[in-house]
Amino acid sequence: MSKRKSKETSSVNGECISQVQRILRERFCHQCPNGKLFGVQLQYKHLLELLKRTTIHGESNSALIIGPRGSGKTMLLNHVLKELMEVKQVRENLLQVHLNGLLQTNDKIALKEITRQLQMENVVGDKVFGSFAENLAFLLEALKKGDRDSSCPVLFILDEFDLFVHHKNQTLLYNLFDISQSAQTPVTVIGLTCRQDILELLEKRVKSRFSHRQIYLLNSFDFKQYLKIFKEQLSLPTEFLYKPFTQKWNKNVQSLSEDRTVQDVLRNHFHCSKDLRSLHMLLMLALSSITVSHPFMTGSDLLEASKLYRMDSKANIVHEFQKFIQRKAHSMYNFEKPVVMKSWMRLQHFNFSFSSSESLSQKRSMVDKLC
Amino acid sequence: MNTRQQCKRIYSWVGRAKSSDQQLKTFQYRGVLIKSERSLTEMCILPGEFVLVEGENADQPFVAKLLKLYEDGSQEKHAVVQWFSRITELPLNKRKLLQREVSPQEIFLDKGPGYDTDINVETIIKNVKVIPLAPEEAVPVRSNGKQIFFVKESWDGKCFKPLSPGLLSELKEAEKKKRVGSPSPLTDCQVFPSDFICSLKTETDRVTRSTMKTKNFQMEIESRHSASKSSLSKERHSQRVANGINTPGARKKLQLNSPTKSRNKLTGCDVLELLVDDCDALEALEPSATKRTVTFTEILGSPPKISRTNGEPDSPLSIRGDWSKLAETIRISPYRRGQDSSLKAKNLDGKDDDTWHLNSRNEEEETEERTRESRRTTKQAATSKSNSKSDTNLAEEQELKTRSPVVIPRSHRKCVQKTTARIAEQLRFLNISEQDQEDDYLPSTDCSDSSSSEEEESMVPSTPKRKTRSSTKLSTPKSSRKPSDTTPAKTPRNASEPRTPKTPRNATPKIPIRNQATEKPANVLEEARLRLHVSTIPGSLPCREEEFQDIYNFVESKLIDGTGGCMYISGVPGTGKTATVHEVIRCLQEAVENDELPSFQFIEINGMKLTDPHQAYVQILQLLTSQKVTATHAAELLAKLFSTPGPKRKTTVLIVDELDLLWTRKQDVMYNLFDWPTQKQAKLIILAIANTMDLPERIMMNRVASRLGLTRMSFQPYTYKQLQQIISSRLNHIKAFEEDAIQLVSRKVAALSGDARRCLDICRRSTEICEFSSQKSTSGLVSMAHVMKAIDEMFSSPYINSIRNASLHEQMFLKAIIAEFRRSGLEEATVQQVHLLFFFKTWTLAFVLIV
Repeated sequence: MSKRKSKETSSVNGECISQVQRILRERFCHQCPNGKLFGVQLQYKHLLELLKRTTIHGESNSALIIGPRGSGKTMLLNHVLKELMEVKQVRENLLQVHLNGLLQTNDKIALKEITRQLQMENVVGDKVFGSFAENLAFLLEALKKGDRDSSCPVLFILDEFDLFVHHKNQTLLYNLFDISQSAQTPVTVIGLTCRQDILELLEKRVKSRFSHRQIYLLNSFDFKQYLKIFKEQLSLPTEFLYKPFTQKWNKNVQSLSEDRTVQDVLRNHFHCSKDLRSLHMLLMLALSSITVSHPFMTGSDLLEASKLYRMDSKANIVHEFQKFIQRKAHSMYNFEKPVVMKSWMRLQHFNFSFSSSESLSQKRSMVDKLC
Repeated sequence: MNTRQQCKRIYSWVGRAKSSDQQLKTFQYRGVLIKSERSLTEMCILPGEFVLVEGENADQPFVAKLLKLYEDGSQEKHAVVQWFSRITELPLNKRKLLQREVSPQEIFLDKGPGYDTDINVETIIKNVKVIPLAPEEAVPVRSNGKQIFFVKESWDGKCFKPLSPGLLSELKEAEKKKRVGSPSPLTDCQVFPSDFICSLKTETDRVTRSTMKTKNFQMEIESRHSASKSSLSKERHSQRVANGINTPGARKKLQLNSPTKSRNKLTGCDVLELLVDDCDALEALEPSATKRTVTFTEILGSPPKISRTNGEPDSPLSIRGDWSKLAETIRISPYRRGQDSSLKAKNLDGKDDDTWHLNSRNEEEETEERTRESRRTTKQAATSKSNSKSDTNLAEEQELKTRSPVVIPRSHRKCVQKTTARIAEQLRFLNISEQDQEDDYLPSTDCSDSSSSEEEESMVPSTPKRKTRSSTKLSTPKSSRKPSDTTPAKTPRNASEPRTPKTPRNATPKIPIRNQATEKPANVLEEARLRLHVSTIPGSLPCREEEFQDIYNFVESKLIDGTGGCMYISGVPGTGKTATVHEVIRCLQEAVENDELPSFQFIEINGMKLTDPHQAYVQILQLLTSQKVTATHAAELLAKLFSTPGPKRKTTVLIVDELDLLWTRKQDVMYNLFDWPTQKQAKLIILAIANTMDLPERIMMNRVASRLGLTRMSFQPYTYKQLQQIISSRLNHIKAFEEDAIQLVSRKVAALSGDARRCLDICRRSTEICEFSSQKSTSGLVSMAHVMKAIDEMFSSPYINSIRNASLHEQMFLKAIIAEFRRSGLEEATVQQVHLLFFFKTWTLAFVLIV
């Protein structure tokens, strides 16, 4: 039935489908702050209030956002910042410094980055980028100069916070937290991390200076909510250009969520991992099967996508291999010894061999035996 | 320090011991001879001269006046000095008391206690020129590189005072003595103030005679001089008659002309003339001694002067002494002086333009007014001894004049109006051209009556006077006359002031200023939250009284003794170690301000804020002397600084926070830090702060630990009662918490860590929670429930929650691991076993579900 419908409207739908795919892909891939937040309203409110107090009252704070990967930590922060930036008073005052533990692998680089982002590097010529020690002294001096009432609040966002913990002496963290605990320039330090034991990684005096505000994001929803999220993620916005198509698409999504097979697929997925990013991946795969001739997602699409998603590459290789040896034309004895040797090595490379600890000579002997 | 390294100097006494003290076994000497090894030059320094003394900073040696030289029993050469302080040596917060820009060449007589005035002779670098200035004088800007200092005010540790006239004259004597004495160092210059008048007279005589020979211009005056030199007053009178000028300013113009113009050349004849001027000045009894310095400097190079000074060095000195006394008496009536000066401002204007443009015309005018003037001045027939009295009289007279400006001729005023602009231009030019010649200017306003006219005339071009006037004008708030109001704008002083360049070197960047002001706390909870923030510095530190007292006593006793020492302070984080130490320092600084303790220098380093332990040296040196050098060099300099008996050293209090971070494999940083205070001369007090109680035993080598000593203190974690007290003292009667809530927080925190920071954070968080749920709670106070919630948030382990929220397979896997642990009884398992169990569990679960 749907096929016939699609044939009728195919001429109109060509552009429409590409629009749909663009919108949904954007939603799945980017952590765009336009998207919706699920089940983190409390955390959102907490963080928003915290940052508002920093920017408006000049109160120093520190907080950690902790949650497993894909639980929406960065998205939460982006949402909060977006809302914060709508306040004029905040927009004009707030200075932001974004650091990432994967990029700023030591304190020296981090300090340079902070100086750069605070746009202080050209204040005294090139003197700033002198030695590490000078740099630190310079930055501390600069931050010390300010006070609560007069200087701009600075927001430090440390992504992959757990990697900063491994810096020597945790100098950067100590100093940031120390500033946040003393009457200097108002700063707020927000750390994003996926490690639950982050507090144990902090040194005791760094820990003491941290305010112990922890915002947990734990994907604490059940399957019903999961279904709802699925529905919302797949639905098209009502302001979408092609109204009739939007209605049809949304109706289809609704029926999908009630479909038994779809629910099974999703439940399977839900039991494997609860994070939304994996759901997005699944939906991405399903979305790619949408074409002009096949404009609406079906249960089988999702099933196929789920299979693709959960496919084990190693099992695949074994499967291929089985197929290969079952073919009559090829017998093992037809191959040269080096070829067998090479293929064995490759298998080992794929971690098939359980004897990885054995030396090369042993492997040779094994191959010899095989031959 | 650098200079010292570069060239060695050899010190030897001049002559034999002058006198000896049997009891103390000391020998006093007349002077010291400094021989520089490299340049092979010899320098002779006598007591009374100003010297540069080696200090911490090689670029900025100390300035002192040498008072006495002696050798003690152990053959060490000592010197007793009077210290002078540069502006950079004064505490920052006191500098603003001056309320003016201070040139780097200005120094202050240091009367404050705390500096050892007995120094080693070998720290003396060389002699230096110091010129005393009267309070009204501006410090001239000097372009040439020669080091000359100016002293104007004294500093007694609390406030600045202008040099008292007695002191000023004393300093001037020293100055003079140096100049006179330097060609023949062994002349013993003594002051005989008794024969003041007599010497004055002879001086006048000689001068008059010499001028008659040299200068035609002054013939008329001089003849009058000789005619009436029986007494000073008469002479003055006669002069006035001769000059016959209606106002003091206008009178000057005639005589001023030629000396001013010929000044730049300094021919022998001019020098003589200047000499005359100088002596004339003496006659006029004007206490502007510094101006005379000007003349002397210029005379110095000319032969006639030297012969004269050698022959009779005493008289000018003595005169000077009396003048300053005179100046003192005059200062009694500041109000009048104010009037006076403003009047003068006007008069000087007239004088100046006359000087430059209207010579001939004025001469004609003067004849008319001469009579009037002379009549007026006859009243002043007084002897030199009663001169002060006459001065005050004159001041009154001047006042009268100001009230009735009719006395001033109209033509003058016209002149003023016409030529003010041109004068300004010329003066500026003049000022620039003469700056390198003149050492100084002195205000003549101290007794600016008609009697000073001669002196002024003789002295100088109009520039310095203008300067002076403007400065006096600025200091007299009562005068409100128009002409004087306009004058400061065109004075060269104003033009020269902004010339001192501001060094951009010290510019530190800062976080930009916010556009909107921070919002004030709107309600009780916000107010409470603000007060509970750790950054808020409380007025007092409760619960650490004992520790505070111990540290205070330790530092205070060391300060009073002038010795050094170490103290080790330990305690877990958040027990108020750093806060207490800072409080101690604050109290000590207050005590210093109240003059209860000798002043000290406070510096602080933090191990965590250093990138490398060796950076500690750099930071300490930078904080001490604001030098920036590399770590190794800094270590050398510091070692030298603390091991050599440095003069004028204050006690240094050094706080080393997070001491354990200064650990290196060789422990040289710690060793040095704790070794310095043991040096006798170091005067270094170290307060080391760290977390672990047994840090010295655990990580320090024996030699380091033994130097640290056994003065230790450990901060115990706060008990719940103390925490309760801290919270309530911070809240300070703001009713935001229920009593039980506070108790709950403090008990919880005390049981867990005793960390005050934690306690305050929990309280802050509970105010937030309370605010969110304020609709429900009726009282608006933070209750037990809110506190409980906050505590849960902060202390609850996230693990249970995260396991509960894990997906089914994740939970199964954990279950499998536990099952395997239980089965084997070991806390480790192979992946294979766990995997098997995991599958088994999954299948059973699936089976159960199906059934």
